[in-house]
Amino acid sequence: MALARRGGIGRYYNVNGWLFVAPALGLIALFMIYPILWSLWMSFQSGRGMMLKFAGFSNIIRLWNDPVFIKALTNTLTYFVVQVPIMILLALILASLLNNPKLVGRGFFRTAIFLPCVTSLVAYSVLFKGMFAHDGIVNSTLEAIGIIGEPIPWLTHPFWAKVLVILAITWRWTGYNMIFYLAAMQNIDKSIYEVARIDGVPAWARFTHITIPLLKPVILFTTIISTIGTIQLFDEVYNLTEGKGGPSNATLTLSLYIYNLTFRFMPNFGYAATVSYVIVVLVALLACLQFFAARERDR
Amino acid sequence: MNNGTTRIAGTIVTYGFVGLMAFLSIFPFLWMLLGATNSSIDIIKGRMMPGSALATNIATFFTQVNAPLVFWNSAKIAILATVLTLAVSSLAGYGFEVFRSRHRDRIYSALLLTMMIPFAALMIPLFIMMGKAGLINTHFAVVLPTIGSAFVVFYFRQTTKAFPSELRDAAKVDGLKEWQIFLYIYVPVMRSTYAAAFIIVFMTAWNNYLWPLIVLQSNETKTITLVISSLASAYYPDYGVVMVGTILATLPTLAVFFFMQRQFVQGMLGSVK
Repeated sequence: MALARRGGIGRYYNVNGWLFVAPALGLIALFMIYPILWSLWMSFQSGRGMMLKFAGFSNIIRLWNDPVFIKALTNTLTYFVVQVPIMILLALILASLLNNPKLVGRGFFRTAIFLPCVTSLVAYSVLFKGMFAHDGIVNSTLEAIGIIGEPIPWLTHPFWAKVLVILAITWRWTGYNMIFYLAAMQNIDKSIYEVARIDGVPAWARFTHITIPLLKPVILFTTIISTIGTIQLFDEVYNLTEGKGGPSNATLTLSLYIYNLTFRFMPNFGYAATVSYVIVVLVALLACLQFFAARERDR
Repeated sequence: MNNGTTRIAGTIVTYGFVGLMAFLSIFPFLWMLLGATNSSIDIIKGRMMPGSALATNIATFFTQVNAPLVFWNSAKIAILATVLTLAVSSLAGYGFEVFRSRHRDRIYSALLLTMMIPFAALMIPLFIMMGKAGLINTHFAVVLPTIGSAFVVFYFRQTTKAFPSELRDAAKVDGLKEWQIFLYIYVPVMRSTYAAAFIIVFMTAWNNYLWPLIVLQSNETKTITLVISSLASAYYPDYGVVMVGTILATLPTLAVFFFMQRQFVQGMLGSVK
């Protein structure tokens, strides 16, 4: 490759390299870079529909006085603060149990727990909506085995509606995360566990003192991608609540609010773009966090 | 003795826990299959037995929904998006890995950053752009913004590192041009990478919801995902019909998963290699 730096051949290499990457770069520039800059510009404008005027920081000020935005923001934060740790821990426990070669039927268990990943977000949301209906299978089963005395209002009570959203996302994504951990566990030397076992280290301590520290990079990676996914939550809430984010905005997410601002209410592109930049900032913060954590690790 | 008891208790807890989780994971699928055979009222009341309404549900589904058209729409979008994404991304992944140029690394880093852009921040400008181009309500508008994918480019570049450079050198000695090396040597050698990427991109396109929801407004252009969503959000949804719809929508991805499990998982893991 040293040749590439010299004269004629170098230019030849360059031209070819650019030809190979040009279509992808062009498409990404046109459909990602240009729109993201445009919506930044839009977030400083205000007006109805396409009639936009420059409005300075008025949209940003409006954010703090908009109870629906505050609601959507706190809901979104609640989802990932509560859901991501539960799911990651569950996936880790499942992965370490299924990593045991002596476990009979582990191939079946692995496939079963991974299976939710093949469903579309819309399809499983629709299924969950039916299963958690007032007289539905979940309430009737819980009543039959005596856990609850009366049906839980999953879809009509602000608290339980949030619980339902969290249960649904956990069902869909736990197996996905588990697969990452199982793959990473292939690289852990089995003899570490043997030595610990012979030394009388109990299973739970082996999990917290060997598995978790060794899997830290993958755990960090999956935590970040899960968090970014949860910040952008849309399909599930839209389909569990007929697009409303109800009851009374209890499940509304930022993405759903942007959708409503743009396509359901009187369109206000400027303000909707400002809300969308809240998501951009949140995601960017998390990405930085991952970057610094990864650098810390490499040191 | 005591140790033995603990171990037996541990085994019971392990199997109990893993078994319960596996059951909970499969249960909604079971419920979906049984649901398709029951009437809407029975489904909502939580009946878990095979019923006799399967034929009625299927018949109602096919009268309410123009199923062949809807599936054709979904398939067209998914296949077009997948083929174009794979072509564009594998060219770029190969290009980034094989050719050196002055700003390559900087541009590649910038490209990776675009993975972080949330779709919510793109949808308004994209909607306006598609409106100006007169593409609202066309499948082209659904496919276009999804072709350039930093994630898939990244996946191809990572796997290209395993592409033996001796093959390239030998081909050059034989006088093949760069595009010939790519087409006749790289593509066949990397077919398992293509398979894994195909699965992931196809699934994403087949299941895509928010963007098609915005762009596809007439019934003639709607995909199966949009149709299920609107069936289920009716004031009194007919759950038997909804179940038939979800089964049909899930079948293609389920089939791909069972027949190509290895590539499926490889594609999912692509990002950590």
